[in-house]
Amino acid sequence: MTGTGETLLSVRGVETYYGKIVALRGVDVDVHRGEIVTMIGANGAGKSTLMMTICGNPQARTGQIVYDGQDITAMPTHEIMHLGIAQSPEGRRIFPRMTVMENLQMGAALVDPKHFENDLKKVFELFPRLKERIGQRGGTLSGGEQQMLAIGRALMSRPKLLLLDEPSLGLAPLIVKQIFDAIRELNKNEGLTVFLVEQNAFHALRLAHRGYVMVNGNITMSGTGAELLKREEVRAAYLEGGRH
Amino acid sequence: MAGAKTNVPAASNRPAGAQRAAERGRQAPNIVAAPKKNKLKDSLRDAATAAMLVAVLGLFFIGVRTDIAPGGLDLKMRWTAWIVSILVVFGGRLALNMFVFQAHTPATQTLGQKIGQLGAAAPGLGKWLMRALFAFAVVLPFFFTTFFPGKDRQFIDLAILIMTYIMLGWGLNIVVGLAGLLDLGYVAFYAVGAYSFALLAQHFEFIGFWVALPLAGMLAALWGIILGFPVLRLRGDYLAIVTLAFGEIIRIVLLNWYQFTGGPDGISGIPKPTFFGLELKRGEGGFADFFGIEYAPIQRFIFLYYIIFFLALLTNFVTMRLRRLPIGRAWEALREDEIACRSLGINTRNTKLTAFAIGAMFGGFAGSFFATRQGFISPESFTFLESAIILAIVVLGGLGSQIGVVIAAVVMIGGIEMLRNLGFLSQVFGPGFDPVQYRMLIFGMAMVLIMVWKPRGLVSTREPTAVLKEKKRIDADMVAQGEGH
Repeated sequence: MTGTGETLLSVRGVETYYGKIVALRGVDVDVHRGEIVTMIGANGAGKSTLMMTICGNPQARTGQIVYDGQDITAMPTHEIMHLGIAQSPEGRRIFPRMTVMENLQMGAALVDPKHFENDLKKVFELFPRLKERIGQRGGTLSGGEQQMLAIGRALMSRPKLLLLDEPSLGLAPLIVKQIFDAIRELNKNEGLTVFLVEQNAFHALRLAHRGYVMVNGNITMSGTGAELLKREEVRAAYLEGGRH
Repeated sequence: MAGAKTNVPAASNRPAGAQRAAERGRQAPNIVAAPKKNKLKDSLRDAATAAMLVAVLGLFFIGVRTDIAPGGLDLKMRWTAWIVSILVVFGGRLALNMFVFQAHTPATQTLGQKIGQLGAAAPGLGKWLMRALFAFAVVLPFFFTTFFPGKDRQFIDLAILIMTYIMLGWGLNIVVGLAGLLDLGYVAFYAVGAYSFALLAQHFEFIGFWVALPLAGMLAALWGIILGFPVLRLRGDYLAIVTLAFGEIIRIVLLNWYQFTGGPDGISGIPKPTFFGLELKRGEGGFADFFGIEYAPIQRFIFLYYIIFFLALLTNFVTMRLRRLPIGRAWEALREDEIACRSLGINTRNTKLTAFAIGAMFGGFAGSFFATRQGFISPESFTFLESAIILAIVVLGGLGSQIGVVIAAVVMIGGIEMLRNLGFLSQVFGPGFDPVQYRMLIFGMAMVLIMVWKPRGLVSTREPTAVLKEKKRIDADMVAQGEGH
């Protein structure tokens, strides 16, 4: 399925700086309801910065970020997260000394406790591995399981928009496939909108409805996933030799 | 890690090669029989070298004592002390060589293994230990009055002191152990609590201990928030430095604001706590008179003991409850990963401030208890050393572990007091030797040893707060050392 056309997240002319260093130079991105949108690009292109800017840390110096009709450009992070955005941050960042269960509880920190049991069941259906590991410490999980936990934790907050920062980072191809399948399933069955930042361009573009290519803090190309996969520049820069 | 079956004990941090070598040696003792003589020789040579170094270095540091005498320095040779220290080093080095450095199964390893096994047996043991300790704490004053009638006052006094430190440890555990905010100035809140009560009692006749207690707690919590605001963005080392400074600022203000706090003279005449309005005093209208029992000075100590016992239990109870609530979980998550916390929509500012405020509040309670117990307070009681001791109790006990704090407090505070009874040492080192003077040295050594054997504190297991079906303990052994931090 593709988006309904209604814009859920719109990023307009956003510039972000780290001190004096410019990381984003006027980025425009649109994510429609029910879509999977991906942002691909090389190391240091500013993909993660865009993700963090959407979450308000760091905040955009110029430009505007509108989510669900609300300007969130200058909001503090925790308030943005209250609006139904959930993030699986780069490097997963699960709580290593807390159990899988406690990690998931942390994800549900903002949600009415009455949903907890039901949401937990959904996460376990999506990632049965997590159920097996329920009492285990987060730090003892394998990389793939940690990624599943990070996504599961994000889902526990019942998001309308899920932000995923490099979920394939450092994982075996088979696990990457599992995780991408789960994302596709979420989108198809729940209608969850997903914004995905990836270096693994081939998988990401195949998964996504639309994609953007970022180079040095600028969006250089955009189009549907299939279109971008066919583009010569994309193939040359991100796919040839890099295909899994 | 979970699937790998290895025999490496958790406490052992010997490299795998050494482990294998040790195992080979165990399996085939006949192979290593030959170099045994060498081992002894080597050990002796090594010990002799160490002893010689001590002899040279110690000749001036230990062997010569200088006193200021009329007309210059008076030199005194202390040959006994010099020789004793040489012998101690020789013997110690020899023992280390024989049993640790060159042994096939070093004594430290076996010991570490034993301690590790103790931890593994902990689920049952820990529970029973806790119950036994609790039962003993309940009957403690009567235990001492019955079995040590001559020394009961001294022992109950010590118990009160230990209990105060347990409470302070539990209070600091919220900030350091749960929320992971390294606070080196915890004594500031202790001081705020003590001075709040003392000053309130001095200026308002009607304020007694029980009225002042919540006020002192609230004032300390307020100071916790005041400290919390500027340091919200700091973590780790930077936070530690600022909190250290905060503790010193409070002490120096108390020392120099003479008109208000009495400066170095302190405040005296702080009222004693009453039992529902009854004073624990001799004669008409006192506690003993009201209940028709004979007055004994020890009653006041027993009463004080039960007050601090109750306050400590309250601290523990609140902490345990909070751990199970979202706020407690958020503290622990904050300790683990602040950025992840923020990305989950946790308001890290408020989370930190509540940790500071609640930790400070219990410090304030303990402080006002300290004031009423002593009857006199001065800034001297609130030096950095106090903060260091409380922090040491928390770290040695195992960050976040409640029972660990109890054990560490008993060992450290009780241990320091025990050192006062080591009179026999003055026979060895001469009449001027005061073992209390060396308590910090022994203290430091004990800390180093514990940190070598149990780097995460005495009780490093973390009991999960939430379980789905069956209870499962997550032991420190399941995670390789250093992972996850």
